[in-house]
Amino acid sequence: MENRVVITGLGICAPNGTTINEFSDAIKKGISGIRHQPDLEALNFSCQIAGKPLLSEERISQYFTPLELRNLNSTGILYGVIAGLDAWQDAGLNVDNNDEPDWDSGTIFGTGTSGIDKFRWAINKIDALEIKKLGSSVVIQTMASGVSAFISGKLGLGNQVSTNSSACATGAESILLAYERIKTGQATRMLAGSTSDSGPYIWGGFDAMKVCTFKHNHAPEKGSRPMSATASGFVPGSGAGALVLESLESALARKAKIYAEVCGGHVNSGGQRGLGTMTAPNPTAVQRCIQAALKNAGIQPHEIDVINGHLTATTKDALEIENWKTALELSNDNFPYINSVKGMIGHCIAASGSIECVASVLELSEGFIFPNINCEDLNPEITALIDSKCIPQTVIHQPVNILAKASFGFGDINACIIFKKYPHE
Amino acid sequence: MNKEEIIEVLKTIIEPYSEEVTALAHIDENTDFINDLKINSANLVDIVLDVEEKFNIEIDNDSMAKMLTVKATTEIIAQKLEAHAG
Repeated sequence: MENRVVITGLGICAPNGTTINEFSDAIKKGISGIRHQPDLEALNFSCQIAGKPLLSEERISQYFTPLELRNLNSTGILYGVIAGLDAWQDAGLNVDNNDEPDWDSGTIFGTGTSGIDKFRWAINKIDALEIKKLGSSVVIQTMASGVSAFISGKLGLGNQVSTNSSACATGAESILLAYERIKTGQATRMLAGSTSDSGPYIWGGFDAMKVCTFKHNHAPEKGSRPMSATASGFVPGSGAGALVLESLESALARKAKIYAEVCGGHVNSGGQRGLGTMTAPNPTAVQRCIQAALKNAGIQPHEIDVINGHLTATTKDALEIENWKTALELSNDNFPYINSVKGMIGHCIAASGSIECVASVLELSEGFIFPNINCEDLNPEITALIDSKCIPQTVIHQPVNILAKASFGFGDINACIIFKKYPHE
Repeated sequence: MNKEEIIEVLKTIIEPYSEEVTALAHIDENTDFINDLKINSANLVDIVLDVEEKFNIEIDNDSMAKMLTVKATTEIIAQKLEAHAG
């Protein structure tokens, strides 16, 4: 028998909010977390603005021991642990210091790279012939699975503990991997999520590719402009999002708060064939991914109330809308609402999917559609495809029943998840 | 620096690596880092780094391998300090 899978806990470490309450309030109000970054300016970056979670020393010390903090130089692990532990606690699950691991709980916590600042420090030490000075903290912070290893140690997880990596689709993929594991009865609870480091060494490669905007260095909050006619590249971001997925049976048995249900989804690749390349999506693959996700979830296109897009604020935004429209076969005015968190927080790379799924789940559980910011000048290529009323620019308070979330990544890969409001009798 | 003084400094170095409050309070020459203080074996290299920094000495790989108890560690530190002074 297959399990139904629900979401019972949320945690967030986003540039515009590092608690669920703060983040929920920020996305409703359209509050930007994009700020000028003096280090990027000093290093001659073209794009000198970015999104970084703001965390006090005091907050951080609640999640790590003084010994762990002594050599911690991995913002990705920091964000992931905070979001992950918060989600666990939000789900009403205890962090017992039992000798016995929790055999039924695991984590799939993704990332692109881990501890890039730690890696840089270690490389410099090695090149300075000081290999001995590395100590014991380099491997655990620079291995890709560092974040899931830290989380599992703190929670005592005894089921699958792994880190997935699929570029900007990482976060959405982590949720689908966790979903499958519970659905097939191999785990009862999985902490899904993803994280992404902050700073010049993670963002530099994108800056050099000229995919980030360089036109808004003096107006950071206006810089990330998904669906706008003046979108000129994405603003890099960072952070982490975390969701506790659980079998419906387990959630009901322990009377847990249920945020939403994961109805299904799909991941695929365009194989870098046709129009697909290392960095551009194959539209056929995107459309197939959306259609397969709907089929997997047993949902019809007209049932979708809201689409949470990938929509990074590059020239590809219009192509994404076209792909949704082709996949769903809906007319201009029958198209669902569509929004993008990236206007407020930028593109959080490997963390984008999980952070945006947290936003999506909040919309379902609280009954609102967050506004798109910085698209007062809608891209005419987009308004030729869908009615402008589909692109809310102020918050809408109304029940949302079905939400489709997609993320796309370098390597021509796609992920789409269908979430459903959980009816509380 | 005599043995007692070295042990006092060593205590402050070791403290962050152990959660065994009682064992920490009763550190003496016979204390074993792994068995008594339950220090993660991976952290032993960090303790050696801290010792090097605090005492301004260098510890070779052979000596490092022996630093599993307070007694052995104190002896090695004393030796290196003496060599340093000489």
